[in-house]
Amino acid sequence: MINELIEMFSNDFMIRALIGGTLVSLCASLLGVSLVLKRYSMIGDGLSHVGFGALAVASAIGAAAPLQIAIPVVVIAAFFLLRISENGKIKGDAAIALISTSALAVGITVASVSGLNTDINSYLFGSIIAMDTGDVVFCSILSVFILIMFVFFYNKIFAVTFDENFARATGTKAGVYNMIIALLTALTIVVGMKMMGSMLISSLIIFPAVISMRVCSRFKTVIITSASVSVLCFFIGLTSSYTYSAPTGASIVIVNMIALLIAIVIGKFVKKRR
Amino acid sequence: MGVLIECKELAFSYEDVDVIKDLSFTISEGDYLCIVGENGSGKSTLTKGLLGLKSPDKGKIIFSDNLKKKDIGYLPQQTPAQKDFPASVFEVVLSGRLNSRGLRPFYSKADKMTAHENIHKLGIEELMKRSYRDLSGGQQQRVLLARALCAGKKLLFLDEPVTGLDPIVTEEMYRLIEDLNKTDKITIVMVSHDIKSAARYATHILHLNSEKSFFGTTQQYINSPLGQYFFGEV
Repeated sequence: MINELIEMFSNDFMIRALIGGTLVSLCASLLGVSLVLKRYSMIGDGLSHVGFGALAVASAIGAAAPLQIAIPVVVIAAFFLLRISENGKIKGDAAIALISTSALAVGITVASVSGLNTDINSYLFGSIIAMDTGDVVFCSILSVFILIMFVFFYNKIFAVTFDENFARATGTKAGVYNMIIALLTALTIVVGMKMMGSMLISSLIIFPAVISMRVCSRFKTVIITSASVSVLCFFIGLTSSYTYSAPTGASIVIVNMIALLIAIVIGKFVKKRR
Repeated sequence: MGVLIECKELAFSYEDVDVIKDLSFTISEGDYLCIVGENGSGKSTLTKGLLGLKSPDKGKIIFSDNLKKKDIGYLPQQTPAQKDFPASVFEVVLSGRLNSRGLRPFYSKADKMTAHENIHKLGIEELMKRSYRDLSGGQQQRVLLARALCAGKKLLFLDEPVTGLDPIVTEEMYRLIEDLNKTDKITIVMVSHDIKSAARYATHILHLNSEKSFFGTTQQYINSPLGQYFFGEV
C-alpha cells in the first residue's frame, strides 16, 4: 500500500495534481458552506459553465494563458449572477440556468468548429495530467489568497450567511461581503476547473458542505469538517483515479457521494441520541 | 426625555405604489412604540426606512446625535434558511457584536463578555452550546433577541417578534420585552399584527392606514376613531 503510494507520487504530474487539488478542495469546501447555506449552490454550477465557455473561446483564439483570461470573465459573471439571485423580481434560478447552458453551448460550438475536439473532454470532465508547473504555481498563489481572505473575513461571512438583513440593518456592509464571497468562488472555480472539469467542479463546493452539515451542529465545526472531508475525499479520489485510470473529477465526486451516504447514516444516529 | 428619531412628512413607495404618504412621528428615549396596520399598509417598508435600508421618496428621518448606528439592535423576521442553520447559540449571539468591530477580523474578550451577559439576561445559559436549528421557535427568538442586544443597547427594533409562537411563549416574549423597556430603559419599536397586545404594553401607537394613519399615545389611540373600531366603546 505504502509502496504503491510512493510509486504513484514519484510521477511529477501526480505531485502537481496533489498540490493543486488539495488547495482547490480546501478553498471550495470553505466557501461551499456559505454558498449552500445562502441557497447559492446554483451560482457555483452556473459559474463553472461560464468558465468552460471562456476557457474554450480563449483556447480557440490561441491565447497563451487561457486560464488567466477566463478569470475576469468568470468574476464578472459571478457578480452578475449574484445580482440576479438577490433581485427577487427576476426568476433567479431560471436566469442562472439560461446563462450557464448558453455559455456551455457557445463553448462547445467554438471548441468543435475551431478543431479543439481532443481538449473538450478534459475541459468538461477534468484530467489528472492537465496541470503543468505554471498552473500549479498560479493555482497555489490564488488558493493561498482565497484562504487568507476567508480567515480574515470569517466572522463577517458567518454574519451575512446567517442573517443578511440583520447584518445590513446594524451597519455591516453585507453587499460588499456577498461580493467577496462571489469573487472568491469565481477564483476557486477557475483554478479547479482544469483538473475537476467544468461539469463537476461545483461538486467540490457543494458535497463537503452538505456532508459536514449532516453531522455537525456548530458553524466552526461545520467549516473544519467540511475542509477535512473535502481534502480526504480528494486524496482518495485522486489515487483511485490513478490506480483504475478513471477520470479524476468523476472519481472524486463518487468518493464524495459515498461520504455523503455515510454522513446521512451517522446524522440519523446522532439525532436519535440527542 | 430626548427625542431619538424624528420623522417628518415621510413618503415611501413600494414597486411604484405609494404605500406611505405624509407620515410624521417621533420616537423618544424610553418609548415603547408599536407600529400596527393591515397587510400591505407599509409596516415593513417603514421598518426598512427606519433601519436605513431604504430611503424615503419624500420627507426626512432625523436621527438624534446621541443615537449611532451601533446603538440600534434589530430582531428581524426569521428566514426559511435560518431554521436549519448549523450554528451554536453562542456563535449566533456573538455575531451581534460585528458592527462594533469595523475591519478588525476577530472578536475581543470584551465582545465575548457582552455576549455572555446578554445570554444570561435572557436566561438561555443552558442553551449556549446547543445548535440553533435544534431549538424551539420561542428559544430561537430569545437567542435572536440576545444577539440584538449585543448589537445595540439604546433602541431595539422588533419585527413581528411573536409570529408563529404559541400563546404561552408569546406572553413570555411580551413580558421580556416589557422588562427590557422598563428595567433596562431600552427604547422599543415593535412592528406587530396584534393590536390588542400592542395596546396593552406600548406607550405609543402608530397605526398605518391607507387613508389616515394614527400616531399618539396608547390612551389617545383607544379613544380615536381607529381605536374605537378595534376596541369598541370604552
